[in-house]
Amino acid sequence: MSVLEAVIRSVAVVAAFLVLPLLVGQTEHKFMAHMQGRLGPMYAGGWHGWAQLIADAAKFVQKEDVIPAAADRGVFRIAPAVALIPYMAGLAFIPIGDGIVGADVPASAFAVLAALGVGILGHLMGGWASANKYSMIGAMRGAAQLVAYELPMVLAVASVALAAGTLSLSGIVEQWQPWWLLWQLPGAIVFFIAALAEINRTPFDMPIADSEIVFGAFTEYTGLRFAFFLLAEYAGIVVMALLFTVLYLGGWAGPLAASLGVVWTLLKAWIIAAIIVWMRVSWPRLREDQLHRLAWVWLIPIALFQLALTAVVVVMTR
Amino acid sequence: MAGYIVLGGVIVLGILVFVAAAVVRWLLAPKAPTYAKLKTYESGMDPIGEGWAQTNVRYFVYAFLYVIFAVDAVYLFPWANVIRDQNLGVPALVEMAIFIGIIVLGLAHAARRGLLRWV
Repeated sequence: MSVLEAVIRSVAVVAAFLVLPLLVGQTEHKFMAHMQGRLGPMYAGGWHGWAQLIADAAKFVQKEDVIPAAADRGVFRIAPAVALIPYMAGLAFIPIGDGIVGADVPASAFAVLAALGVGILGHLMGGWASANKYSMIGAMRGAAQLVAYELPMVLAVASVALAAGTLSLSGIVEQWQPWWLLWQLPGAIVFFIAALAEINRTPFDMPIADSEIVFGAFTEYTGLRFAFFLLAEYAGIVVMALLFTVLYLGGWAGPLAASLGVVWTLLKAWIIAAIIVWMRVSWPRLREDQLHRLAWVWLIPIALFQLALTAVVVVMTR
Repeated sequence: MAGYIVLGGVIVLGILVFVAAAVVRWLLAPKAPTYAKLKTYESGMDPIGEGWAQTNVRYFVYAFLYVIFAVDAVYLFPWANVIRDQNLGVPALVEMAIFIGIIVLGLAHAARRGLLRWV
């Protein structure tokens, strides 16, 4: 690979990373508004407020940047980058079309899980460095959440990798067949719930529970640093929706896949993202211990059952 | 290996975006710190004690279980690559069933002893 190609691929991944979360954010604005009998943003940019998030970014840049006197300044400053960049790395591994992938590596299913696991460190660093009790509790909840959702997610991905006989996300999509929708259904449900917990979305938004602990680990953050944490949340939705599409919905499989493949991937991922928004509108927040109970009593046994089912079917039909 | 070069490029670009945003903010954002503004936020009250308070880490049992299962999960991924091998197949399936079965037994034991209840 030439240097130029590597640069173009990296720029394309970062550009996608900066644009796709805005689309999900606008979707959330509009979906939530209409589900709640409102209009949502209507003015910025003219047509149905399409430029609202760009206007938000322009506003965030002009906000005063406050670092509390008690904070650990160095860690406080780099925490948003630690929360954000792992999702960027994760997005680089996910193929959106046949051969259209940022970083084409053999074990991309494993690599993407490894990259996504780092993001929580940003929350922990931000929460600890803020020297604020709300932030501390939020960060601790986030860390507690990690030990609940990480395993079901890894086991569910391992099951799909087992079914496809490869650890490459592109390979998984190539092997995928429509009947996997039924075969991998328990794993898909487990993965979806675990993904919601990973990106701190309702009903698992205890780490940033605004009615209890202000805004959790981000309480002391203002301006652009705060915006980066928000961007990480929406980038998380993008990465999880794309990953779900690639693992369980066959990625670019569909009519005229050769020419329309990318459209199918993005459309499926957009529908998943819309369902994640829908969950936020319709579900109350769980407690941290309820998430743990859900994860260890239901999700992990279901994921292990899925693993056994996958292995038996693979060995029997080989 | 070529893929990992792109990964490195993405990480470097990500850091560049972060630094560039910091420069833009430094140029555009107002700076008017006051004593009250820099005080730790505690819903408008004067902070009591410091933020780095000791917290009761009640989930250490989950953390132990997590580590055990995470190691288990790492062993599953190589198996995914070789399960279609003609020489492995059924014997590997049985071995893996024993391996996972022992861990599930441990989980069931933990559940029976009430360790999976937070409070």
